[in-house]
Amino acid sequence: MKFIPLLAATAALLACGAVVSQTKTASDGIAEYRKMLEDGNPAELFEAKGEDLWKTARGPKKASLQACNLGLGPGVVKGAFVQLPRWFADTGRVQDLESRLLTCMETLQGFNAAEIAKTGFDKGEQATLTALSAWISSESRGMKMALPQAHAEERRFYELGKRAFFFRGGPMDFSCASCHGEDGKRIRLQDLPNLTKNPGDGLGFAAWPAYRVSSGEMWSMQRRLNDCYRQQRFPYPGYASDLTIALGVYMGVNAQGAQSIAPALKR
Amino acid sequence: MADPMRIRAQVSGDKATVRVLMSHEMETGLRKDSAGKLIPAWHIQDVTALHNGKVVMTAQWGPSVSKNPFLQFNVRGAKAGDKITITWKDNKGESRTDEATVS
Repeated sequence: MKFIPLLAATAALLACGAVVSQTKTASDGIAEYRKMLEDGNPAELFEAKGEDLWKTARGPKKASLQACNLGLGPGVVKGAFVQLPRWFADTGRVQDLESRLLTCMETLQGFNAAEIAKTGFDKGEQATLTALSAWISSESRGMKMALPQAHAEERRFYELGKRAFFFRGGPMDFSCASCHGEDGKRIRLQDLPNLTKNPGDGLGFAAWPAYRVSSGEMWSMQRRLNDCYRQQRFPYPGYASDLTIALGVYMGVNAQGAQSIAPALKR
Repeated sequence: MADPMRIRAQVSGDKATVRVLMSHEMETGLRKDSAGKLIPAWHIQDVTALHNGKVVMTAQWGPSVSKNPFLQFNVRGAKAGDKITITWKDNKGESRTDEATVS
C-alpha cells in the first residue's frame, strides 16, 4: 500500500522533468554550448596570426600590408570590415575583404593573386588570407554592418547578388533561397538565418569568418559561400569570384545595422 | 616553431582564473589521409603551469583532446602582477612556453 503514493510521486516528478526539458529547445542548447565556448574561441589564435602577417614584410617585394587600403584609407583596419564589400576606384571593381586582400598582396607584396585564388583552402597563402580576415574582422567586432550603396556599381552588385540568391539550378534544383529564404528553417539542428532580410545581430553575414569546432578549421566568408555552392551541387564559383562578391553585397546590405560578432564560433 | 598560446589570467576574489588557448593539430593517430594511410599521432602530452616559477598544475593529455585546445583553471592566492607560465610538450618532443601577467 505504501508503494502506490510513492510511485505516483515519481510519476509526477517525471512528468515535471519532461515539461522542463521541452521548454528548452535544441537551438537553446546550441546557443548555450556556444556561450560556454565563447571564452575560448580558437579564432583568437588566427587573429594573432593575422595581425602578425599584416605587419610582417613578406612576398617578392618584401613589403607589409600596412599600406593596404580596405576602403577607409591606407592602413585603416578598424571599422573597415563592416563596410565591405564596396566599390574601389583603383581596381574599378566592387570587392569584398578577401578579394581586396588579394589585390593588396599582389600590388604591395608582389604575390600572384590569380595563383593564390586557385590554391586550395588552408594551403599556402590561402592560410594567410584566412588569418588576415580573422584579424581584420575582429577589429570591427561589435560594430554594425554599414555597407555603402552610393556607387552605381555597388547597387548593380546588390541586384546581381539578389538574382544569384534566387537562381535555382543544379542536380537538386536548389537556390540559396531554398534554405535561407524564410524564417524557421534548419538543417538537422542548425537554425538557418533568413538572409533575404536582416537576420539579427551576429547571424548570417555578420557571423563569418568563423571557427568551426567540428572540423577545427577557420572559415572565411569566401569559403563559406563556396561551400554553400558545393552543398547545392553547383559548379565551384571560384575564390573571390564576382558571384561570391555580389552575394556578399546582397547579404551585407540586407543585414544593414546588424552587429558583427566575427570571427564567430560555430558548431 | 609552434604558434604562440593565448593566455589570460584574471583575479576574481582570492584566486585567479587562467584561460589558455593552445595552437596544436592534436592528431589522434587513428585518422587516415586521402591515400588511406594512417596519419601518425601528434598531440600534446604534458602541460605544466607555473605561478611565479612554482609548479601549480601538471596535466597529461592524450589524443582525445580537441584540436586547438582550450584550458581553464584557477590559481588560489594569485594576485595582480603575478606571472603565469604555461608549457606544453607534444609526443614529437616539440614544446612551447608562454607567459602572462595576472590582471
